[in-house]
Amino acid sequence: MIDKLSWFTAYPEILLMVMACVIALFDLGVKTPMRGATYALTMLTLAVVALLQCDLALGNATIYGFGNMVVSDAMGNWLKCFATLAVMVTLVYGRPYAAHRDMLRGGELFTLSLFALLGMFVMISGNNLLVIYMGLELLTLSSYALVALRRDHAVATEAAMKYFVLGAMASGFLLYGMSMLYGATGSLDINAIFKAISTGQIRHQVLVFGLVFVVAGLAFKLGVVPFHMWIPDVYQGAPTAITLMIGGAPKLAAFGITMRLLVEGLLPLAIDWQQMLMVLSVGSLLVGNLAAIAQTNVKRMLAFSTISQMGFVLLGLVSGVVNGDALTFAANAYSSAMFYVITYVLTTLASFGILLLLSQEGFESEEIVDLAGLNQRSPLYAGVMAVCLLSLAGIPPLVGFYAKLAVLQALVATGQTFAIGLAVFAVMLSLIGAFYYLRVIKVMYFDEPITASNVVAPIDVRVVLCINGALVLLLGLFPAGLLALCGNAVRQMLGT
Amino acid sequence: MGLLSLAIWTPIAFGIVLLALGRDEQAPMVRWVALIGALVSFLVTLPLYGRFDTSTAAMQFVENVPWIERFNVNYHLGLDGISFWFVLLTAFINLVVVIAGWEVITRKVNQYMGAFLILSGLMIGVFCALDGLLFYVFFEATLIPMYLIIGIWGGPNKIYAAFKFFLYTLLGSLLMLVALIYLYTHSGGSFDLAVWHALPLNSRTQTLLFFAFFAAFAVKVPMWPVHTWLPDVHVEAPTGGSAVLAAIMLKLGAYGFLRFSLPIAPDAAQHWAWLIITLSLIAVVYVGLVAMVQQDMKKLVAYSSVAHMGFVTLGFFIFNDLGVSGGIVQMIAHGFVSGAMFLSIGVLYDRVHSREISSYGGVVNTMPRFAAFSLFFAMANCGLPGTAGFVGEWMVILGAVKYNFWIGMIAASALIFGAAYTLWMFKRVYLGPVVNEDVKALQDINGREFLMLSMLAAAVLWMGVYPKPFTDVMDVSVAQLLKHVAVSKIAN
Repeated sequence: MIDKLSWFTAYPEILLMVMACVIALFDLGVKTPMRGATYALTMLTLAVVALLQCDLALGNATIYGFGNMVVSDAMGNWLKCFATLAVMVTLVYGRPYAAHRDMLRGGELFTLSLFALLGMFVMISGNNLLVIYMGLELLTLSSYALVALRRDHAVATEAAMKYFVLGAMASGFLLYGMSMLYGATGSLDINAIFKAISTGQIRHQVLVFGLVFVVAGLAFKLGVVPFHMWIPDVYQGAPTAITLMIGGAPKLAAFGITMRLLVEGLLPLAIDWQQMLMVLSVGSLLVGNLAAIAQTNVKRMLAFSTISQMGFVLLGLVSGVVNGDALTFAANAYSSAMFYVITYVLTTLASFGILLLLSQEGFESEEIVDLAGLNQRSPLYAGVMAVCLLSLAGIPPLVGFYAKLAVLQALVATGQTFAIGLAVFAVMLSLIGAFYYLRVIKVMYFDEPITASNVVAPIDVRVVLCINGALVLLLGLFPAGLLALCGNAVRQMLGT
Repeated sequence: MGLLSLAIWTPIAFGIVLLALGRDEQAPMVRWVALIGALVSFLVTLPLYGRFDTSTAAMQFVENVPWIERFNVNYHLGLDGISFWFVLLTAFINLVVVIAGWEVITRKVNQYMGAFLILSGLMIGVFCALDGLLFYVFFEATLIPMYLIIGIWGGPNKIYAAFKFFLYTLLGSLLMLVALIYLYTHSGGSFDLAVWHALPLNSRTQTLLFFAFFAAFAVKVPMWPVHTWLPDVHVEAPTGGSAVLAAIMLKLGAYGFLRFSLPIAPDAAQHWAWLIITLSLIAVVYVGLVAMVQQDMKKLVAYSSVAHMGFVTLGFFIFNDLGVSGGIVQMIAHGFVSGAMFLSIGVLYDRVHSREISSYGGVVNTMPRFAAFSLFFAMANCGLPGTAGFVGEWMVILGAVKYNFWIGMIAASALIFGAAYTLWMFKRVYLGPVVNEDVKALQDINGREFLMLSMLAAAVLWMGVYPKPFTDVMDVSVAQLLKHVAVSKIAN
């Protein structure tokens, strides 16, 4: 069964795993406080992996490997490519922050990040319920350890505990749902499950029962209402660099498995899961946007904003029409959700990058007032932050606007009256969203600074942050390429 | 690159350069670069006038390049008689505003000038866009620089004003976004305005679309009763911000009515015309009365803007040549006059730091040259024949009388209110004996202020004495629009 082609599908994963182990050993010999050598090697590894993934993605082929255990397709490869880039950027932003907080005493930050990324890769490529579950566990276990990386910090440890307990429960949900599906269909293979359900021979109740648990597990991982409780606490409690590590790239992976499980595997049950997702999405939009208004802590505010943004992603997933000849509609809907997630991660990276930059030694930049007068201290960083926040609010010409546009268009294209109502509901809540994003801009631009100190940053952080901010703007002016990329990837996935 | 792209992107490019390279230490150089930027941006719009063909209603200077293939969005620009003057007006006002902010702004000069240059490019984009989504992108993007202008350089209550401005206008435009997406889906995947203009729609859809657009444009104009943001914002905004807001930004809304509401939903527009006419008349009469009792000069001019814009919307919804052309002429005239009014208040505010009418009295004694300009602009604001203000109002009133005598009569009464509140303010601020030490210490306007006021005065006078170039340009396009609106789009 294991022929040449199947090794080929997993080259990046294998490289990543080997290098994670190598880096763990290599780091034992590194003595410098900033761990420059480990950092350089990690970056090199990630760059190579990203290139490999990009090359695979451009190959545009769908290949099954290891006896249908894993799949390599354009959607997965692009998601993996972007996840790798996101982890790279996270490490660039996070390293000075971690060094100042005694988190670089060992090289665990790098090793654990690589393992977390490996977990995301396995999740995204998994074509089998167990493989997906394994990837998920690898990701989450690495994340628990990352959150607790600041050993002597009570808040971080508490956040790690909370994350662990709730995460374990969610994994349990997912696993339970998977076992129901296995029991009903007799297979762990996603394609086989799809075929089995399509026959219509299997009892609907059993399937829906399993589906509920699967959706609950996924909702936890995406962080949507009512499974969102962990997000604000963990975002706030974790060291900011780690917040970015769990709030950035893993969203891509969570989206990946959502697509694999719900669209590739359980598409015949779409009527059922669409209704569930719709409820989750309405709840997320409401709770996320309303609760964010009350926050004074930026990390917590961004956590609630994440919840509302994920609500939008779900709206995209809800809009895939499944009956009749509707491949284009479905592709539009799912690719709008994919575009949304990718641009969301891009924006989140830059906004947390600014927070990390402002958190100097012995000072956490966490409260909204800590950003006061940033425009006077550094117009450049204030500009980057403002661009990100406006993008999250969905104001053109920034990339977040096209993400919202794509989702709303998919929603309206379903042609149902309630869909238009839902679109109006979503835009009205993004109006509320605009308020709390604008409030941060107000603090940065209109208020007087509390300290007059200059903002200093290493050259790598400065360069990456500028590119990241510029991308939010440039992708807003020229969104066609990324939109087409998502469209092609999803169309190819649906076609096979 | 076409002329229109040049008109849009020249100021934006200069603005970005200023934002990226300007420092507060080099403020003098920043000002000169901004002035050169504004001047170049204005000069590149002038060839449009020479090459514009007034005999056709077709779009001219068209540029059409694919932009986002996925949604079939095109970078589609063009001008017709309706939008033509606004491009020149925007570039002109931008130049004046840069001169007006010259030494008044001392903090973050590069950001101030950059914001105005970028804003001007974006607003020209709104007037040129022939693609629904492109229009929306420009329309919304203007909020960002204006929000910062109000918030950074505004008065004591600037934060409230900045938020009110942003959220109020965003509320309206988000509904329009849903309407745009609906039209895109309904037309089988096109954001092209020409396609939408030809698209048959049943009457229920037209009504919904009409009100979605109404939400966006009525807030922007602003029409009574959604005008409440305007006085608050004007009072707090810096002088330049007020001038641009009154002179150009309000026109984006009125222009939207002509480009979207009327041609896309003509039946609904006719059916609901009574509503718009009523609201416009309330704006003209009631808001005119409200203006009369204001103690704050900026608030007074803000309310007078609402009243004047009431004429514009009234003209549009009586569906005859005189009304629509008159509305457009009134928009241009109001651009010059309201800009001039706010800049005049700015001249006083820079010296005394008060906008209260009661802080002044007898300014004519210490600032005779300035008082002469102010008197001229005050006359234009009440629509004295021979000034720009007269032409548009006269045309709208004539059109209204043709449509219905009583509507015309109520509209005409506004001329009296206009004269009352403007001249009363003039009397209290400028005439009489010198009332206090502040006024006694006033210095007359310097060369820079003289330049900016005389530029505006020349424009107001030119338009008042010889309005033919303005009306000639729009005649054919307005006739074409009315012909289009007269045909029902309800599919049988």
